[in-house]
Amino acid sequence: MRYIPNTDADCKAMLQAIGVRSVEELFADIPAAVRLKRPLKVPPALSESEVARQVRALADKNANADRYSMFLGAGCYNHFSPSILNHLVLRGEFLTPYTPYQPEVAQGTLQALYEYQTLICLLTGMDVSNASMYEGASATAEAALMAHRITGRSEVVMARAVHPEYRAVTRTYASQLGISFREVAFTEAGVTDIGQVRKMLSERVSCLVVQSPNFLGVIEDLTPLAEAAHAVGALLVVAVAEPVSLGIVKPPGECGADIVTGEGAGLGTGLNYGGPAVGFFATREKFMRHMPGRLVGETEDREGRTGYVLTLATREQHIRREKATSNICTSESLIANMSAMYMVTMGPQGLRDVALLNLRKAAYAKDRLAKVRGFSLRFTGPTFNEFVLRTKKKPGEILKGLLKRQIIGGLDLGRFYPELKDCLLVCVTEQNSRPEIDALAKALGGGR
Amino acid sequence: MDVPEGLKYTREHEWIKMEGNTGRVGITHYAQDQLGDVVFVELPKKGRQLRQMESFGVVESVKAVSDLYCPVGGEIVEVNSELERKPEMVNADPYGAGWMLEVKITQAKDLDNLLSASEYSAYLKQAGGGH
Amino acid sequence: MSGTGNTIGTRGLVLNEPLIFEQGSPGRVGYSLPPVDVPEKKAEVLIPKRLLRDGIPGMPEVSEVDVIRHYTRISQWNYCVDLGFFPLGSCTMKYNPRINEDMARLPGFAKAHPYQPEELSQGALQLMWELEQYLAEVAGMDRVTLQPSAGAHGELTGLMMIRAYHTSRGNPRSKVLIPDSAHGTNPATSALCGYRVVPVKEGPRGIVEAKAVAEVMDNEVAAIMVTSPNTLGLFEDQIVEVSKIVHAKGGQVYCDGANLNSVMGISRPGDCGVDVIQINLHKTFSQPHGGGGPGAGPVALKKHLAPFMPVPTVEKKGNRLTLDFKRPKSIGKVRAFAASFGVLVRSYTYIRSMGSAGLRRASEVAVLNANYIQSQLKGTYHLPYDRHCMHECVFTDALQARHDIHTVDIAKRLIDYGFHPPTIYFPLIVKAALMIEPTETESKETLDQFIAAMKRIAQEAEENPEVLRQAPHNPKVTRMNETKAAREPKLRWRPTS
Repeated sequence: MRYIPNTDADCKAMLQAIGVRSVEELFADIPAAVRLKRPLKVPPALSESEVARQVRALADKNANADRYSMFLGAGCYNHFSPSILNHLVLRGEFLTPYTPYQPEVAQGTLQALYEYQTLICLLTGMDVSNASMYEGASATAEAALMAHRITGRSEVVMARAVHPEYRAVTRTYASQLGISFREVAFTEAGVTDIGQVRKMLSERVSCLVVQSPNFLGVIEDLTPLAEAAHAVGALLVVAVAEPVSLGIVKPPGECGADIVTGEGAGLGTGLNYGGPAVGFFATREKFMRHMPGRLVGETEDREGRTGYVLTLATREQHIRREKATSNICTSESLIANMSAMYMVTMGPQGLRDVALLNLRKAAYAKDRLAKVRGFSLRFTGPTFNEFVLRTKKKPGEILKGLLKRQIIGGLDLGRFYPELKDCLLVCVTEQNSRPEIDALAKALGGGR
Repeated sequence: MDVPEGLKYTREHEWIKMEGNTGRVGITHYAQDQLGDVVFVELPKKGRQLRQMESFGVVESVKAVSDLYCPVGGEIVEVNSELERKPEMVNADPYGAGWMLEVKITQAKDLDNLLSASEYSAYLKQAGGGH
Repeated sequence: MSGTGNTIGTRGLVLNEPLIFEQGSPGRVGYSLPPVDVPEKKAEVLIPKRLLRDGIPGMPEVSEVDVIRHYTRISQWNYCVDLGFFPLGSCTMKYNPRINEDMARLPGFAKAHPYQPEELSQGALQLMWELEQYLAEVAGMDRVTLQPSAGAHGELTGLMMIRAYHTSRGNPRSKVLIPDSAHGTNPATSALCGYRVVPVKEGPRGIVEAKAVAEVMDNEVAAIMVTSPNTLGLFEDQIVEVSKIVHAKGGQVYCDGANLNSVMGISRPGDCGVDVIQINLHKTFSQPHGGGGPGAGPVALKKHLAPFMPVPTVEKKGNRLTLDFKRPKSIGKVRAFAASFGVLVRSYTYIRSMGSAGLRRASEVAVLNANYIQSQLKGTYHLPYDRHCMHECVFTDALQARHDIHTVDIAKRLIDYGFHPPTIYFPLIVKAALMIEPTETESKETLDQFIAAMKRIAQEAEENPEVLRQAPHNPKVTRMNETKAAREPKLRWRPTS
């Protein structure tokens, strides 16, 4: 086997050195009753060329954004990834080390994560960031748990315009600890109803959780939401599923958010059928010791040279065990670093330009599609790169029709919102050209 | 290990020094030595009521955390906020500048449950220093 | 005298590299974008000005060349599996096949959207369905959820299912039994599920004994979380009796599958009475660790727990595969979308490359390699549990401590010799442990080099202990001041102006 270097002769020499006759003897501790007496029912080994052919055959059965015009977003966005990112994450030095427990031989990962933490702070406008969580939804759930620890309160108020899967995951996590949930409706503008927020907030509430741009594509006005939460001593948690928006949209940190979480896959990692992704998690300095996850800090070595280490580890499971701030151990270092590589490659101008390009293309598509007979805009609020169309025909049928023209036209919102069963969520990124958008309009019956 | 006379001790390695009905509380020389470099001390707010041996905070080194227990029941009347900036005082001067709380004792009989200096020394010896 | 003689550890040219924030100049760019082919409306026409940001002060302005140089330079400060032996105990740092990377990057996977129609995702679903069958077979279980994103996430998912199972029978119960040798994630996970942890002491042979479990087992115990083979590298040989005791009182047996690499095709947790086990794809199934993820922690389970699996599950209906969201007793979701799919592609490719016999061979050689190291270092280092081990062996510094040389010094000195240190000071039940897991992907020559280095270090401990206390000498930095890092936390760069 090409991944196992030891030959039979090597094994024999080692057995001799150990003083046993066979490998069998080494397994003597395993009771006979629980030994497997047949081969595993797994197909026999394949050569590299065979395995590549078989796996490629599976890949070829899937639609993908190279073969289809992709107008589907909904928390997983089709952005361009500069070529260098892939080359850099494939370097064995980044790809194949463990979590940096021995800082003397892990300064590369540690400095990269320190830079990642800084970049997330700059992007979100927050004070401190951890070194990554699994992905956006579970990061948001962990934020709700952190708010529960800080405030000692057991009620979460969450906007219905938060990604349905983020809501589901937060509910799964929080319900284990008896934390209750209430949902705030959205208005005709497609934003979270601030009046209802004020009514639901009380001194029993640990946090208000919103998303911006929200699942309906609409940008929330976070400042009054923060004020309302703070008025009752609750925290504002803001989830950002589309990080590219932060190139142009005011960061939650400047609007009073206490915890900002989100999905970083949009920063150069790509779709990957939903994962691996990376959850970012940032907060205010005063809440630093309540954070879940790894933190990288700057320090110096014995000779006074600057370097980096994992720090404030007393929050974590390997030291504080059942009193830890989270059970998280392995997170998403490589993807976090990939997103950092994206941010520095783009720089402040690139992040702004790509955001602006998304905004303008989506605005063009929004105008164009809203003019097609049988389609109208469902909400009036300002959007970034995603918007909701109300349709006369059933959204499912429309989407099916588009597939024939190699267009994946968006999301049938009825899947998550019964009240929006006549609606389509459409996403337009820098990857969608004007001719593609025009082709979509045409396919929907919009002429030209 | 330094175990000053005149203080009372807990088996969890806190000390208390009474003056009138108020006691100043900290951790012992042995405790700080076991922890190593103290990097953070989390203390409660003034005014809080504590029961005897109730946990009031934590002391942390790089790779260990210890709960802190109040030797007597009472109201917290003072907190050493200096430790926020200078947690290393707990190592440098555990019985002096590294103090943590002042408690106004509710029931004097709480003191009867505590160890004297010689009892605490014996306790440490018995524990073989390997707490 | 800090030389390491004629060993693979040496000094090379390593470049200094400042933080990226200290580089670049205004107006320098590393990106390119397609031209704007739609009306160039101003942002404030489309979004109210108060919702817009002014810019991102502090974000570096660098060229593509700068980015490549920056990351390439700092990458060279890392030790990694591609460079050499990485015997980190309980982490299974095996070789990461490159074909797996190619497969994960095929456009049909890398550019597929999780919400695209099922009929256009049949390849992805088939891969997931087959992977579920393989993992279930290796673990001896009935079903597998592929959703969890790492080992601890799998533990959480597994324990949530157990809680849902008990709740459906009228009482979620209140306690979880955890042996002292367990990984910290086990108690932390229990707490996240609202359970109180009841510790169970290992017996003198380093394993959990049935009678110790019987003493604490009652009708309020939801589950026992046992790691087998455990963190001492020993097979929990009373696990069958333990399972019977726990089941008799209605409890569930959770197995932490972190060490599955030692028993593939040899013994199956499911046949030992285990009800739930998480499988760390970034350990046993060759997903690269990436400096701390991404990983994946699929959870394998017995039939009676299947109703509680997170949604969606992958189901086969005739020739068609489908995602099933309609599972009324499900615990819900533990992450967005179906899974860390790219990780699944790598592990699937690995399993197909290894095949049935290859997986078994991997476990056999992993165990052989560990026992070889154990046999060769026994006597030089103190071996607290002197019996054959499984995938890893655990030594201590007891023989070196008389020279005031401790586990950390031994570990740091190994770096000078060109090896990554083993896991140190874990498991907690062994004082000053050195936990060595070689995996099957290391050759006898590599093991011999490592053994020689360990022996030389033991000799240095007697003859020249100072060189160990000051180690490592060869990397870019020496031991770091962790106290300073924790006392004055500096977790980010800040613009100076």
